[in-house]
Amino acid sequence: MQRSWTISQWLPSAVAIGCMITAWPVLAGEAPDTAKLAALVRQDCGSCHGLSLKGGLGKPLTAERLAPWDRDQILHIILDGVPGTPMPPWRPLLTESEARWIANKLKQGTLQ
Amino acid sequence: MNSIIWKLAVLVFSVIASPLMADELRGTGNLGIVIERASGSLVIIDTGKHMKLGRIEGLGDLSHASAVFSRDQRYAFVFGRDGGLTKIDLLTGSIVKRVMQAGNAIGGAISDDGMLVAVSNYEPGGVRVFDAETLTQVADIPAIGADGKNSKTVGLVDLPGRRFAYTLYDAGEIWVADFSSDETPRITKLTNIGKLPYDGNVTPDGRHYLVGLFGEDGVVHVDMWREPLKPERILDGYGRGEEKLPVYKMPHLEGWAAAGHVLLIPAVGRHELIAVDTRTFKETGRIATYGQPVFAVARPDGRHVWVNFAHPLNDTVEVVDTLTLKVIQRFKPGPAVLHMEFTPRGHEAWVSARDSDRVYVYDTSTFSKKAEISALKPSGIFFTARATRIGQ
Repeated sequence: MQRSWTISQWLPSAVAIGCMITAWPVLAGEAPDTAKLAALVRQDCGSCHGLSLKGGLGKPLTAERLAPWDRDQILHIILDGVPGTPMPPWRPLLTESEARWIANKLKQGTLQ
Repeated sequence: MNSIIWKLAVLVFSVIASPLMADELRGTGNLGIVIERASGSLVIIDTGKHMKLGRIEGLGDLSHASAVFSRDQRYAFVFGRDGGLTKIDLLTGSIVKRVMQAGNAIGGAISDDGMLVAVSNYEPGGVRVFDAETLTQVADIPAIGADGKNSKTVGLVDLPGRRFAYTLYDAGEIWVADFSSDETPRITKLTNIGKLPYDGNVTPDGRHYLVGLFGEDGVVHVDMWREPLKPERILDGYGRGEEKLPVYKMPHLEGWAAAGHVLLIPAVGRHELIAVDTRTFKETGRIATYGQPVFAVARPDGRHVWVNFAHPLNDTVEVVDTLTLKVIQRFKPGPAVLHMEFTPRGHEAWVSARDSDRVYVYDTSTFSKKAEISALKPSGIFFTARATRIGQ
């Protein structure tokens, strides 16, 4: 969380406002493009975590292996990354509702 | 009577000799494979005719799959993510043998004599070595680092003298396994090389093994010609203390050619390539690029280096002139450009565009598109000429 604050402090206000608008698609009446998100998880998360999410250089993301983490913890890791590891923050590329959708699906194990 | 014998002979011959794909004599120098990562398949291609010869299915999870070739360039050894090691006959278009050698793997190498195939594993870690003829296991080398823990291995390459070099990701070590005397390897371990080494590769002469670090700003260099082997830090602090950008795809160290003495290395978390002089291993320049480089692959003559980029800027390819260290071309093959492979002497570059389900063939002197080939979510492209190169 600290990291996101720091980043937002750096952003010029116009950019910050732009981010606010895109970051709350639910408020703006937009639903996440789920087909695109599922493809992103498989293909792009998959480049470290494996196409079937069974792991690679990154940890496995199967529902079984994610059992110790709750949805909000996963959401936090997706958005802000894990400092000191290669897991990057996805906040610059994903909205919070998109990340929440991914976290839900990972918990359910329906993206494997 | 004669004609009956002749017809019989033809019939017998065609039954015996007719392979699945071609009923004519064929060399393998023009052949290659394109990995179809999402469907667990690959296509065999004729790079001279720009055509597919056939598809092979049932290869498991091929995310991050790669391949090496037998010395006679007839067989491909395909390394799958799920630990699958598959030997494919490019002439008959068939699977010769397939073994599940581990739970999770990341590529491999073939020894200089063509007898041993080594596979780098994430789960259970370590390296396993197989007889190239039969795929029976010859050696199992767990990668227990000085920290006492089992490590994932990355950056596995062959070295002259029936040796393999590889890097322990978790432990931060470089190991060299020497199979020159028999099939029980002698292991040389270089410890404390740095934090989170993510990949390694060797220069085309087999001399300089370089390992990129993710957890630190720097690259590790080992001169394989100088005993005792010693890891030396180069490009220390190349990020100049600036915080690196989020990395959405790890760079790869693959496809170097020394152009004169220039080697271009992707900078982690930066929109930059770093030029290194291979005589001194000092930085000689930087090239600002469109995105974070994933592959920086030299055309075989070394004059140009083609670069692709990490998500989300992965729709673009740039070409760098190694003489001037300037980007001379930028074009957009389409979303998710994953890999590039040159024809043996570099007249064409083959580029996989995953999300367009296409492989594009470019003329490397005019940069015009010459052909395109459909493939399902194509990723790695591997041509048989790799069989002739050190460190593949």
